[in-house]
Amino acid sequence: MHNLHVKLLTLLLLGGGLVFAWFKIHLLGLPLRPNQEATVWTVEARVEFQGGNRPAVVDLDLPDEYGRHEIVDEYFVSSGYGHTVHTRNGDRRTEWSIRRARGTQYLFYQVALVPASEASLAAAARDAPPPPVSRPDYEEPLRSAIEALLGKVRGESADIFTFAGHLLLELNRPGANSGYEIISKDLARGSREWVERIQYVLAGAQIPSRLVRGITLESGKVNDELTPWLEVHNGQRWEGFNPLTGERGYPPNFALWSIGDLPLVRVNGGDNVHVRFAVADRPQATLDVAQRRAERSYPRLLAWSLYSLPLNTQYVYRILVMIPLGALIVIALRIFVGVTTFGTFMPILIAIAFRETQLAWGIGLFCIIVGAGLSLRFYLERLRLLLVSRLTAVLILVIMLMLAISVLSNQLGLLQGFSIALFPIVILTMVIERMSITWDELGPLEAFKQGFGTLFVAVLGYLAMTNPTLQYLMFTFPELLLVLLALAILTGSYTGYRLTELFRFKDLATEAEQNAGTGTKTS
Amino acid sequence: MLGLARRLRNAGVVGINSRNRGYIMRRNPRALYRLVDDKLQTKRLAQEAGIAVPELYGVISTVHDARYWDRAIGTHDDFVIKPAHGSGGNGILVIAARRNNRFFKADGIALDAATVEHHIDNVLGGLYSLGGQVDQAIIEYRVQFDPVFKALSYQGVPDIRIVVYRGVPVMSMLRLPTRESDGKANLHQGAVGAGIDLLTGKTTLAVHHNHRIREHPDFGTPIAGWDVPLWQNLLLLAAQCYDIAPLGYLGVDMVLDAELGPLVLELNARPGLSIQIANGRGLRHRLDAVDRVETLPDGAADRVALAKALVGEVSR
Repeated sequence: MHNLHVKLLTLLLLGGGLVFAWFKIHLLGLPLRPNQEATVWTVEARVEFQGGNRPAVVDLDLPDEYGRHEIVDEYFVSSGYGHTVHTRNGDRRTEWSIRRARGTQYLFYQVALVPASEASLAAAARDAPPPPVSRPDYEEPLRSAIEALLGKVRGESADIFTFAGHLLLELNRPGANSGYEIISKDLARGSREWVERIQYVLAGAQIPSRLVRGITLESGKVNDELTPWLEVHNGQRWEGFNPLTGERGYPPNFALWSIGDLPLVRVNGGDNVHVRFAVADRPQATLDVAQRRAERSYPRLLAWSLYSLPLNTQYVYRILVMIPLGALIVIALRIFVGVTTFGTFMPILIAIAFRETQLAWGIGLFCIIVGAGLSLRFYLERLRLLLVSRLTAVLILVIMLMLAISVLSNQLGLLQGFSIALFPIVILTMVIERMSITWDELGPLEAFKQGFGTLFVAVLGYLAMTNPTLQYLMFTFPELLLVLLALAILTGSYTGYRLTELFRFKDLATEAEQNAGTGTKTS
Repeated sequence: MLGLARRLRNAGVVGINSRNRGYIMRRNPRALYRLVDDKLQTKRLAQEAGIAVPELYGVISTVHDARYWDRAIGTHDDFVIKPAHGSGGNGILVIAARRNNRFFKADGIALDAATVEHHIDNVLGGLYSLGGQVDQAIIEYRVQFDPVFKALSYQGVPDIRIVVYRGVPVMSMLRLPTRESDGKANLHQGAVGAGIDLLTGKTTLAVHHNHRIREHPDFGTPIAGWDVPLWQNLLLLAAQCYDIAPLGYLGVDMVLDAELGPLVLELNARPGLSIQIANGRGLRHRLDAVDRVETLPDGAADRVALAKALVGEVSR
């Protein structure tokens, strides 16, 4: 009955902790390992124009919230300009304005992009269908050429996408004599006008299409322009087509910038307008990326994260959330193995002290100081001092020893930045006292056994508590504390043997079997 | 390894985790601990109930009193100083004789009054107490132990530990001091534990540092087959202790005084598990047998009778 209660409680806690962590991993994309890096692409748009010594308004199309990349950050760099961002029909644009633009003006817009998560990709595909296209009234001689082309392509295609592909293939066929060159005459292949002409032809088959412009994310690009691309809608979704080859899809790492045929930039009150793009990549911790992403999509959830605390508080919690893990190790070693230590959580306190000194130095210092402290303790024992005074004397000695070690190592240049916190001193004093009592009462053997047990558990605890992956996990997913709680409760209901007991009772197994098995079994 | 664990489980050997969770936590209410953890209180309760205990000479509670500790002993030449909240036999100083204001421990080592005072100071400071709390020092009658076990104990006093489960004695052992244990009857410190057959009062097997032995490590005397005198009285005394400290899982430590007979030394709310090794059998089957009895009798004598019946039934 009790055990059932414990099991249910454990299950509940385990479930709660794991589900919450799963949610954060899956939906927010928080990585499971620290220092995982995602490539963050920074695309910079530079608007350049000649100011005419009069008010100027610059209107620039901005990348939108959908697409195969997500915006994690954006900056507007424009000294002296006021700027606003507005969205119209799902199209984001910024407006820079200035009272007097004199000389060459430079405006910068920087956006940081990361590949979109699965969830947002699915959302982007469910875009609302475009309005039906009306058939344009072509004029001769274009009319007959287009009709002939559409007729040919229709015969060779099966659906809208293959139709578009074939059409593009025909229009891009090199060499003359196809009879369709009149359609694309005097247009630079691959230009924006070229794509618009194709759309014009597609409209003849009442196929909805749109011009999109984007940039191939490739490190080190400077002074680049957006690549026009064609998108065709088949009634369910948009599909990209290479306007030069008719191939379906998009260039690799193609980030959509602008959709539709509105001009990329409009400048009111300036001439000689150019927009140039530059691309750079930088690795950034996936964690940061996920944080940024969450900031935009789940702002409330993020406010509950430990990362939103002030940095120095964060630092304390980084240590605190690790303590339960260390305590769990103590539990496991005591309950399942049967390691004897001084006090229950003394090893954890020592492990925390090791954080200040690093492991090797920590163990060395521990042995030196405990050894010296023990000697002093035995000497003071002969003076017959009262307990409290003796403890204080040991404490003072520990401090003096630490002082001496610090100064000495500093002089010798051994330990740069060797830091001693207040905390380990008290712990060491306690260890010394506990060890000397054990020594008196149970003999040196037991004292060393417990001393090494304590040190052993402390080292294990230290290794676990300073493991970067575990540290990261505990701090990023504090709900894992529920899992630790569940484990702690579960271990509390363990009534089996300890590993050391198996050795202790080894002789007993055979005898007890004989003694219990000589007669009728009782149970 | 797992096979060994299964064999031990089938043989009814109780492990520490099982003892703590299944017996101590379930049967020993926390509030009753003070009855046994404070030896002074145990002594008073026992005296009120007519249970024989070593006579109390005095209690020292302050460092100031400690300076005049020898007033408490009066004219007694031998006595025992122990912490009221001690555990595991720690902090017990046995003075066997006094000559010219020097105090001789059982092993013949002489101490001066200042050394004894320092020991009392340590006791008062909580050096030997559970949790290190400030403590009192008890000075009491030194048991003149029955010479029956003279050949089995190195100085010190052999004592008899009986585990009493819900008032029913279930297992017992004789604890014999060794040179190693410094005359103390504590198994952790190297004393020998000899199992006592609950039905006959005869010693059976023995354990020393968790290992099976057959002879006393200091004397080479065989340990099995000794009769514990007044065994029936000892069982009854142990069962009576449940009435003053109703802890379901109780360890009763007793001694045999040459003149006064069985005396209760102390009670223990967390009796150890080595008694199983000393007896060569696990506790579980006996504990289960007690649990199977629907209503346990009220009288201590009835519970002793029940104990014998159950033990006979389980090991038959």
